[in-house]
Amino acid sequence: MTGPTPTASGATPTEAGALATDASRLLEVSDLQVGFDIGPATVPAVRGVSFTLEERDGLALVGESGSGKTVTARTIMGILRCPPGRVTGGQVRFRGEDLLRLPESRRRTYRGTRISMIFQEALAALNPVLPVGYQIGELFRFHQGSSRRQARRQAIEAMSLVQIPHAARRAGDYPHQFSGGMRQRVVIAMALALRPDLVIADEPTTALDVTIQAQVMELLQQLLEQEGMSLLLITHDLGVAAYATSRIAVMYAGRIVETGPLGEVYPAPAHPYTYGLMESIRGRERESRTLHAIPGAPPDLTQLGPGCPFAPRCPRAVALCREVEPPLDPVGSAGSGRASACHFAAEILAEGVLEVRG
Amino acid sequence: MSPMFVLRRALSLIPVLVGVTMLVFGLIHLTPGDPAQLIMGADYTPEGAEALRRQLNLDQPLHVQYLTWLGNVLTGDLGTSLYTRQPVVDILVERIPITLQVAFGGLLVGVFAGVPMGVLAAVRPGSLADQVTRVISLVGVSMPVYWLGLLLIEFLAVRLALFPAGGSPREYGISALVLPCLAVGASFAGIVARTTRSAVLECLGESYVDTARAKGLPGRRVLWVHAIRNALIPVMTIIGLQFGVLLGGAVITETIFSLPGIGQLLIQSISQRDFPIMQGCVLLIAVGFVLVNFVTDVLYSVADPRIRLD
Ligand SMILES: Nc1ncnc2c1ncn2[C@@H]1O[C@H](COP(=O)(O)OP(=O)(O)O)[C@@H](O)[C@H]1O
Ligand SMILES: [Mg+2]
Repeated sequence: MTGPTPTASGATPTEAGALATDASRLLEVSDLQVGFDIGPATVPAVRGVSFTLEERDGLALVGESGSGKTVTARTIMGILRCPPGRVTGGQVRFRGEDLLRLPESRRRTYRGTRISMIFQEALAALNPVLPVGYQIGELFRFHQGSSRRQARRQAIEAMSLVQIPHAARRAGDYPHQFSGGMRQRVVIAMALALRPDLVIADEPTTALDVTIQAQVMELLQQLLEQEGMSLLLITHDLGVAAYATSRIAVMYAGRIVETGPLGEVYPAPAHPYTYGLMESIRGRERESRTLHAIPGAPPDLTQLGPGCPFAPRCPRAVALCREVEPPLDPVGSAGSGRASACHFAAEILAEGVLEVRG
Repeated sequence: MSPMFVLRRALSLIPVLVGVTMLVFGLIHLTPGDPAQLIMGADYTPEGAEALRRQLNLDQPLHVQYLTWLGNVLTGDLGTSLYTRQPVVDILVERIPITLQVAFGGLLVGVFAGVPMGVLAAVRPGSLADQVTRVISLVGVSMPVYWLGLLLIEFLAVRLALFPAGGSPREYGISALVLPCLAVGASFAGIVARTTRSAVLECLGESYVDTARAKGLPGRRVLWVHAIRNALIPVMTIIGLQFGVLLGGAVITETIFSLPGIGQLLIQSISQRDFPIMQGCVLLIAVGFVLVNFVTDVLYSVADPRIRLD
């Protein structure tokens, strides 16, 4: 399902206000801004991110490391560490309610129950000194008031759901006693235990072998579909993204620079950065579909000028690009849900970047 | 904790204990000169020295001496005092409870003051609570036991007369142990507090704490069950390692407070050159230290399931 997606990063208050009343929308992130107070400076890690997710929807957030994906996810989840993190603007509306305005006591009741998160490194994400069954069981005990014994039974059910063999026997085992793939299943079991509406998966398979990756993604995808849950997937792997979601949002330097249906963006990007990403993927052999570096380095977030942050690396950049940062505006055919934050989005969509570069 | 782990760990104590007995046995030979002469000091007579050598087996070859002594030790015979002629074991048994009370009292002070201070400081780093605990633990760590002991006597015993200034619990009851335990426990509490603070801070930064928060668990549970449980592992190690220092502190403290424990006995025996007693005290302290480390290791494996694999 593709809603009329990301509003421009500089969404006007009226726009945001109008959307705010829409309680039928599962998740509406608008103009989210997050900074990190490091000494006297504030690092603007997320600079006006907006996107939406409907029920039974999927969105893949891709981009180089350091582009602000994890910070965005943690802010939605409400587990950003403050300090040094600080939400400096924007809204995160869940079914119309702005989560950022809720007191922590109420906010907490959303976590694990309505929104849950799958972390990147299962080994680090699980507590080493507690049995996995206990860790899964905590969800039932603290959100549903289950007794320890009930919680244990429910934890075993959750482990069976993610196809961990001999779940009843293994519930008492500790994280280090599981293989990488099984450990990630434990983390997934925890995230899905209370059947949340939205699952945020932050690079759920990067720590795994390629063959295990596929199994884990397939399982996750199947369970999400079966339970009707939505997915916000953060990934480096466009293959994984293509598999699990229909829409993609590309982040660069704390902003979404391009978004749209994956099937349209992949063959014909409308932003030079996306173009570079897709090119690097096409140039590679099949075995590796991860994002490869585009020449140059991501910008220092504390030193951003007024222009497009990609301009220093962009083959297409002109004087305008160094002076004015382009907003995320619709591009392509109306209703396609595509948008790009490039002054030359339409041209690039039509002609590609390489011709210009040559 | 697996029985295998405990067994393996217990077996590995054997070489350590053998080394300990060798050192303790060697004490008498470490000092240059004729041990008999050394022991008798001004009372030296050739005949007396001859008798003493026979009593202490000093006329035998070294390894025979050692094995004889070890055999006796293993059967519970540590010899007799050169002065009172009482069996050393009897004297030790009488003194042990005092030392244990002071050491464990100090341990309790250290843990029950140190852990909460460390947690308090870690939860709000840089806060007033953090600053205050830092000062307290710094004072605790840097003040020598005997100096603190004397201060406690001066203020709490002499001026305020809250506790006896010294003497055995047999005469004064439990209150005789309060000041010694405080003196011994203060620096221990300081070390425990600082270790706890850094361990808790580190654990609060771990991913599993994020997971616990992402599960929507109450903050108190995230702190105590997920962060502090893990933080206690390094704290336990420090407690085990520092127990030797604690015993040393107990020994000094006993002397200051005139408590008839092992420490006081050891000092007495040194000044009287009563070698069997000296050996008995050192052996007891060393074995105690080894056993405490063993217990720490076992507890460690209970607290950290990852240990049990190797
Ligand atoms: N704990 C932190 N302290 C300071 N800066 C941070 C912290 N976490 C993230 N940042 C900043 O936010 C930027 C985005 O980080 P992140 O969201 O983790 O990127 P990614 O897209 O790789 O997930 C980083 O480049 C960094 O500058
Ligand atoms: Mg990340």
